[in-house]
Amino acid sequence: MTRYNAWSLLKQGFAGQRGWTAAWRSPEPKSRYDVVIVGGGGHGLATAYYLAKNHGVRNVALLEKGWLGGGNTGRNTTIVRSNYYYPQSAALYDFSLRLYEGLARELNYNIMLSQRGVVNVLHSRHDMEGAARWVGAMNANGIDAELLTPRQVQERVPLLDVSPRARYPVWGGFEQRRGGTARHDAVAWGYARAASALGVDIIQGCELQGFRREGNGRVTAVETSRGTIAADAFGMAVAGHSTVVAAMGGFRLPVSSYALQAFVTEPLKPVLDTVMLSFGTGMYISQSDKGGLVIGGGLDHYLSYAQRGNMPVIRHVLGAVADQLPALGRVRLARQWAGIVDVVHDSSPILGETPVPGLFINCGWGTGGFKAIPVGGWMLAHHIATGRPHDIAAPFALSRFLSGALIDEAAASGIPH
Amino acid sequence: MLLIPCPWCGPRDEIEFHCGGQSHLARPEPWHAVDDATWGDYLFTRDNPKGLHLERWSHAAGCRRWFNVARDTVSHHILATYRMGEPVPEALQRELAAAAPRGAS
Amino acid sequence: MSALRLPSGGEVDRARPLRFRFDGRDLRGFAGDTLASALLANGVRVMGRSFKYHRPRGLLAAGVEEPNALVQVGEGALSTPNLRATEVELYDGLVARAVNCWPSARLDVGALLRPLERFIPAGFYYKSLMWPDWHWFEGAIRRAAGLGRVAGVPDPSRYESRYAHCDVLVVGAGPAGLEAAVEAAARGERVLLCEQEPRIGGCLLWERREVTGPVLDGEAARDWIAARLAQLQACPDVQVATRTTALGHFDHGALTLVERVAEHLGPQAPAQLPRQRLWQVRAGRVVLATGALERPLVFPGNDRPGVMLATGVRRYLGEFAVRAGERVVIFTNNDAAYATAAVLRASGGAVVAIVDTRTTPGDASLALAAAADARVLRGAAIVATHGDPALRAVTVRDATGRRERLEADLLAMSGGFSPTAHLFSQAGGTLQWDAASLQFRPAGGAASVTAVGDAAGVETPIEPCWRVEAPGKAFVDFQNDVTVDDVELAAREGFVSIEHLKRYTTLGMAPDQGKTANVNGLALLGSMTGREPGQVGATRHRFPYTPVALGAIAGRRRGELFHPVRRLPLHDWHAAHGAAFDEYGGWMRPAQYPRPGESRVAAEQREALAVRDGVGLFDASPLGKIEVVGPDAAAFLDRIYANAMSTVQVGRLRYGLMLSELGVVIDDGVAARLADDRFLVGTTSGGAARIAAMLEEWLQCEWTGLRVLVAPVTTRTAVLTLTGPAARRVLETVGTDFPLAADAFPHMTFREGAVGGVPARVFRVSFTGELSYEINVPNSAAAGLWQQLMDAGAAHGITPVGIEAWMLLRTEKGYLHVGADTDGTTAPDDIGWGHVLRRDVDFVGRRSLTRPENRRADRHQLVGLEPLDGAALPVGSHLRSTAAQRGSEGYVTSSGFSPTLQRWVALAMLRAGRARHGETVTVLHGAQPLRARVTAPGSYDPQGERLRG
Repeated sequence: MTRYNAWSLLKQGFAGQRGWTAAWRSPEPKSRYDVVIVGGGGHGLATAYYLAKNHGVRNVALLEKGWLGGGNTGRNTTIVRSNYYYPQSAALYDFSLRLYEGLARELNYNIMLSQRGVVNVLHSRHDMEGAARWVGAMNANGIDAELLTPRQVQERVPLLDVSPRARYPVWGGFEQRRGGTARHDAVAWGYARAASALGVDIIQGCELQGFRREGNGRVTAVETSRGTIAADAFGMAVAGHSTVVAAMGGFRLPVSSYALQAFVTEPLKPVLDTVMLSFGTGMYISQSDKGGLVIGGGLDHYLSYAQRGNMPVIRHVLGAVADQLPALGRVRLARQWAGIVDVVHDSSPILGETPVPGLFINCGWGTGGFKAIPVGGWMLAHHIATGRPHDIAAPFALSRFLSGALIDEAAASGIPH
Repeated sequence: MLLIPCPWCGPRDEIEFHCGGQSHLARPEPWHAVDDATWGDYLFTRDNPKGLHLERWSHAAGCRRWFNVARDTVSHHILATYRMGEPVPEALQRELAAAAPRGAS
Repeated sequence: MSALRLPSGGEVDRARPLRFRFDGRDLRGFAGDTLASALLANGVRVMGRSFKYHRPRGLLAAGVEEPNALVQVGEGALSTPNLRATEVELYDGLVARAVNCWPSARLDVGALLRPLERFIPAGFYYKSLMWPDWHWFEGAIRRAAGLGRVAGVPDPSRYESRYAHCDVLVVGAGPAGLEAAVEAAARGERVLLCEQEPRIGGCLLWERREVTGPVLDGEAARDWIAARLAQLQACPDVQVATRTTALGHFDHGALTLVERVAEHLGPQAPAQLPRQRLWQVRAGRVVLATGALERPLVFPGNDRPGVMLATGVRRYLGEFAVRAGERVVIFTNNDAAYATAAVLRASGGAVVAIVDTRTTPGDASLALAAAADARVLRGAAIVATHGDPALRAVTVRDATGRRERLEADLLAMSGGFSPTAHLFSQAGGTLQWDAASLQFRPAGGAASVTAVGDAAGVETPIEPCWRVEAPGKAFVDFQNDVTVDDVELAAREGFVSIEHLKRYTTLGMAPDQGKTANVNGLALLGSMTGREPGQVGATRHRFPYTPVALGAIAGRRRGELFHPVRRLPLHDWHAAHGAAFDEYGGWMRPAQYPRPGESRVAAEQREALAVRDGVGLFDASPLGKIEVVGPDAAAFLDRIYANAMSTVQVGRLRYGLMLSELGVVIDDGVAARLADDRFLVGTTSGGAARIAAMLEEWLQCEWTGLRVLVAPVTTRTAVLTLTGPAARRVLETVGTDFPLAADAFPHMTFREGAVGGVPARVFRVSFTGELSYEINVPNSAAAGLWQQLMDAGAAHGITPVGIEAWMLLRTEKGYLHVGADTDGTTAPDDIGWGHVLRRDVDFVGRRSLTRPENRRADRHQLVGLEPLDGAALPVGSHLRSTAAQRGSEGYVTSSGFSPTLQRWVALAMLRAGRARHGETVTVLHGAQPLRARVTAPGSYDPQGERLRG
């Protein structure tokens, strides 16, 4: 595998860029592996990578029904951050952000991590009080965060309407400077390339059709569109379709599938140098390296497996942009799309064992799975390889829905996640 | 933009409605005889089929009545709406039975 | 004017010349021109620079698919980025610049980087710019990227929206669309015909009979259009909307269109007209008469200004009377392009040659060529273009491999056609590859959408030519600068899914969504990986079909109309008396009433003190009020509240707590029993609508047997709350027809009668800890009674009280505010209500309270805090036992400086807090931690003597 750097790019420039080889191998599946991971999004790919890298488990197959990164990994608004309230969440997401901070070098793939800050804009005294509590918790948990004055918010987001007559007047804000964005496809491809180099078999166009189980219920193999594949352990990271796969295994999950829409405008010269989120409208916006404004907001209001979305949410989210950043009224929407996200009551992930022995799960990240790709992969790999949950993952077990020990960020903050 | 046939008012745009999730839920009772697993399921676990789903909607900006909607979660086609308390239409029952998940082998 | 403009013909109005400016040059055009046609007529060939390599670019097309000529139009606040010159109608005084270049499209500094092209192939940034760190490069990349600029001041334009319903929406008013609309109208259907162009007629406005077939060209075609239009206009249920683009097809026949109402008039547009209007249409069925888009051929130098699509050349000639070149070469793999030779020749241009990749063009086409005096080079291809910046010659390689240079200033190319089936795809339809005609045709899957005319497929003899093998950059996606080499690189590196190709090379990811690029790209990828285009698969088309302004999507829902706020019945009185308003739960409410020169904080303190010392008047109208009526009302409320309501006597009040099924406190308030079968349920202001909806859901979906009616009545009455030791005396002065003495009208009861002559319901309930009367009166009587109370209270120093003083008073008293002191995890026991819960009865949330999590001893519990350093304990500050070094054990939930106690008072949630009264804790705030003593909640009048008085 050619190492990626400016020198190799230069050399290839003189050779017409003809010397590059496939970023990852695409072998035929073997009939047996140590571990099979179902789902070729960021989480599945990261799991495969960390199994090989951290635990030396290299006889691994990763099965993807379509193309790598084709689910939510390639459909999100690319935001990374760890501005969470509860210590359990903070530990999880900050672990992820720290991995992101070293990921381009580790994978030798430029994921274009851009730590341009995530600025949350506050519109009322209630918002301000909630933010003070939130920032205090982050600081108590050892994570960077600072409250901003309205003037500081204006400096960070110059196009924001901060006038007192604004429908959502700006009382202040708070920022996590280490937050920002990363190039979503690159994260998937970087993990895929690195995992493949360590020996993981990446098998695209391979759809899961069922589980084979032995008498005690343990999974021994998966039936796929490309044959039966046996393994000692199985991991699933199939956001959006978690309950569909669970049903094949004969169990239910407290997960519902909703469409989350995203939007991008035509490319513009730089106008926004941070990620902004409004507490009042739930709209968030950043500018990509290419110049398009990348915009998101709330979920559509009913179950959906259609990667499409509908007008009421489009009008709400883009209306918020036109209202809160009124200079963008003439800017044009270029494209809209939707991903299907796993919605869990407490908006926290489900990590670890399932009712089916030998089958481990990583799901339920809601609208925020992208930022958690490194940690999601790390934790699932740890559990599969060691048979025990990582300390950071333990609170996120499925059993919390019986005990009531939810980790409900939205409940603590009253803020959309 | 769904066009939802309210059984009381007729077809109306989705913005007039509120979706309340899965319908035909049974609240476990009596409370003191319900174990944690059953209660946890009732609180958090809902049908999430890729296909036909029975859900309840309220015509929040209209007659304010709740009613049942049988909707496909992939195509978003609405196969039927029926009033709260009415049983699942027979044709749908057959379809639901056919769509039952493949079990483990 | 320019020699390129023909002396006659076309749709332009030569009697109305218009001035405009492009890249600083003053130019002239005619009414009826687009910016593109006017520029072309002026001989402007370079209209932009490409996104990545800054290559000079000219017009490729004449319609919405134009990828190159992107311009910034207008000045000041009206400056609009990234418009396609082909969609900008010319108006007098129009000012435009090319985007992404400096100082102009012709002399662009960015082009200095062109020698680096070979080192920055598709995805180069994934392989480099990691050392020392991406942050070092990102700024420069960002400045180099992007296209147009945002004016930076609020968009002053107005946008509107409307709804429409029809049996049939016909998209596109060309020959097929007009026919379809006329047919539907004849059947008596309600028809909406929308056309994105300003003129009805589509290709009939420019094509000749060789292309249009049965419909004739010229005057005959105009007559045909006029006749159809007249038929349509005679039908009352037919609407024709021009300048209206169908952008998206959503569920259940919902479509979104955008109409450019006044945009084409420029700054002179009449003020009453909106710039654009968004249509939301519900259509029984949709007829797509959207035509087809021509594909470029992929060969080295195919992006040089002067290389255009053949249909574009014909359209400029026919509709705008602009001949795009004098010496023309035509390059094609199909018969349709031959018509170009005929029309160019007829207009007086010279057709040097027709270069056909096929060996056997159709006879009719050969006849057209002969009539145009054009050589036909069969089995040939163009392998290079020449000229800087614009085309001067091409090099042709004939079937034997011999090369020939042909002088030409225009190359009209045709690589086949792609039906414009975007909306069909959005509607869930499948596009199927037709290997014979080399196009993706609408197949099945979208029952309510029918494609007609060219949108269903273009029938013309064609043979594949996905690329010309020859050295040099051959562009596939013009807008994103994606070349054949990039597609090859992607294939080589394993990005062989069409989605991977798009993402890796950015092919089709530009604002034009790959209108001219996608099919070529996927066919090329297929040819490199041994697959048919149909096996590679088409990508799903996305909303919107063409870019649409965010302002248009928002419509008038900006400012207050984005999310309307509610105003109190007494709003005008408050405003007239200096109220400072803030939004609370959707209501604009007085936060304080600062006097001239008085700060908000000082006002708050003054108002709170006035309540403790004399009397205050508070507008509590948004408090939620829900009537619950029926034989089973009491039984119902017993299930809704965590505490019993059936035991409340008629005429009495009871404070109650509502839980969610998760056992979380979601609302609190005072319920009044108006009669045996009638309660008035009080909720928090923010909970009013939510709780009413919740009651309905339980009644309609779960406890369907209960005979209960729920009626939200919050906005039926205003609530005037008189509070303070002098409250009774004020009420006596105003006069009531019921006795007010403490034993006759005790705490937690209510009376109905007249207050100051106004029919009222008066609750004796207190949120301040002082003697209080909540006076409910009809909205219409509120202003009069408020003034009576103010007049009567003048002797006692009556003071209007804003919501912030109100919150301060309840914090002093230790009264809970749901949503401030509680959050989405708070259970009743956490706020000291464990003992009130009924042990043996079910109610909403009951079962959840027995889960392991709810029985933990270390849950957060409500406490009071007394500062030990005299400093403020701000809300949100976290608490920690003095011994701990990190983490949080709780946080301040409510806080304020008590003017009565002359110290800070605070409430907090603290881990196992009830057992920690008396303990000193650290309050984390700023650099210097503070200390506070844990107490019971409430610092003022703990025995509650004042409120009973």
